[in-house]
Amino acid sequence: MSEYSEIVMEHFSNPRNVGEMKDPSGRGKVGNPVCGDIMELFIKVDENEIIEDAKFRTFGCGAAIASSSILTEMIKGKSIEEARKISNEAVVDALGGLPSVKRHCSVLAEEALTKAIDDYMSKKTA
Amino acid sequence: MKKIYLDSNATTQVHPEVIEAMVPFFGEIYGNASSVHLFGREAKKHLEKARSQVAKMINASSSEEIVFTAGGTEADNYAMRGIAEALKDKGNHIITSSVEHPAVLNTCKYFEKQGYEVTYLGVDEYGIIDLDELAKSIKDKTILITIMAANNETGTIMPIDEISAIAQGKGVPFHSDAVQYVGKMPLDVQKTKIDLISMSGHKINGPKGVGALYIKKGTKLAKFRYGGHQEKGRRPGTENVPGIVGLGKACEIATEKGQENYARVQCLRDKLHERIQSEIKMTRLNGHPEKRLPNTLNIGFDYLEGESILLSLDLEGVAVSTGSACTSGSLEPSHVLMSMGIDALYSQGSVRFSFSIFNTEEEIDYVMEKLPAIIARLRAMSPVYPGDE
Ligand SMILES: Cc1ncc(COP(=O)(O)O)c(C=O)c1O
Ligand code: FES
Repeated sequence: MSEYSEIVMEHFSNPRNVGEMKDPSGRGKVGNPVCGDIMELFIKVDENEIIEDAKFRTFGCGAAIASSSILTEMIKGKSIEEARKISNEAVVDALGGLPSVKRHCSVLAEEALTKAIDDYMSKKTA
Repeated sequence: MKKIYLDSNATTQVHPEVIEAMVPFFGEIYGNASSVHLFGREAKKHLEKARSQVAKMINASSSEEIVFTAGGTEADNYAMRGIAEALKDKGNHIITSSVEHPAVLNTCKYFEKQGYEVTYLGVDEYGIIDLDELAKSIKDKTILITIMAANNETGTIMPIDEISAIAQGKGVPFHSDAVQYVGKMPLDVQKTKIDLISMSGHKINGPKGVGALYIKKGTKLAKFRYGGHQEKGRRPGTENVPGIVGLGKACEIATEKGQENYARVQCLRDKLHERIQSEIKMTRLNGHPEKRLPNTLNIGFDYLEGESILLSLDLEGVAVSTGSACTSGSLEPSHVLMSMGIDALYSQGSVRFSFSIFNTEEEIDYVMEKLPAIIARLRAMSPVYPGDE
């Protein structure tokens, strides 16, 4: 586990934006087919399509928790348009890298984000 | 920061008396045990002393029944491949269990590729095989039964007396991987008739990379490899004298103080178990409540993933291990817990605390100062956690 970067360990120890959100604009819950882990992301979007708040809950390894935590920081204040462009590679880079067997954990974060945005979009058009 | 080691089924701290016994063999006593001169004879004398120390631990009739190996994995390979080759004209069927260590399981996979037929016996919720099923699966073609004495992940002890009786009744050789068992539990091969027993130094406060195979007199076994006449040609190669001397000393300590030491270890383990049960909700014991190594405690923390617990404990200086998929490298949950029928969601949150003779009561208190808060923090983060009632 020593292969985790300092940034990963810092986010693991002090995760940002943990918890459930009441009345989110969008919610994405995804399971990781590789290891059975689960991530749930909530976003609150304002009238200018800016993500004003994000929260997460994760059942998973250190890399999954750190990925979700840093993702919430990365998307806060961004427009939906900009947030959509965030890939799992960007999450890995922001974390200062992940061990190769742990890269799939960051994919979970990307998928949760995509799903939360899709959920927001479908609610908006409904 | 405190450093507390509760991962002794992975490896143990070498006993200071073992280190002391080994030191001269890295220095002044450097002879090759095969040489006839004084230097060689001196090394040989200590090599044979170590052999009798190992023999004594399991009450072997003769120290000639002990062959030194480079650890438990090698002992398993030697026993299993040695039988498969020696008895290949008799049959090609091997019986094992689904919860064996990879040293045995992957050797079985290799056999299957070579055209052998392998029966993997399932286990009950505690990790114990069904003896009737074992008896029924023996065929004329069966040449080996290999069942571990105690499981490394859960500590569950297999009914080796009964297995040996069944194997003897059918005239099938019985090999047992007792790497986790010997030294912690008394074993008397005069009472429990096992043909081949794998042992390893580093699980019982001895050095790494050295172990032994007990080969009951009269057991047909092909050589492990080809080379010189060391170990009577059975396992050739210049002997690792320092390591072997260390293994011998570790076995001697286990023979003399094992019962007393592990009675104390069991008290500590049970104390941790009781405190976890009373101070942390929604936990479960993985493994048999009684038929279990005195040093092993495998606990499932519901709604959590083991690596996150392991990392959090590591940050507090406490070393444990987990059966979680996320730490396994292969990303597969523990084959042992899966075989026991434990739901993947629960096996993910399993943590193994394994004790050694050096652990103290203060260490357990320290773990319990930290653990409840760690579990609460992680559960608050878990999307599957239903909350406290
Ligand atoms: C049950 C069991 N068998 C075999 C081994 C392998 O022993 P060694 O590490 O000495 O090769 C281990 C430990 O890793 C074990 O726990
Ligand atoms: S989320 Fe399971 S390995 Fe990372």
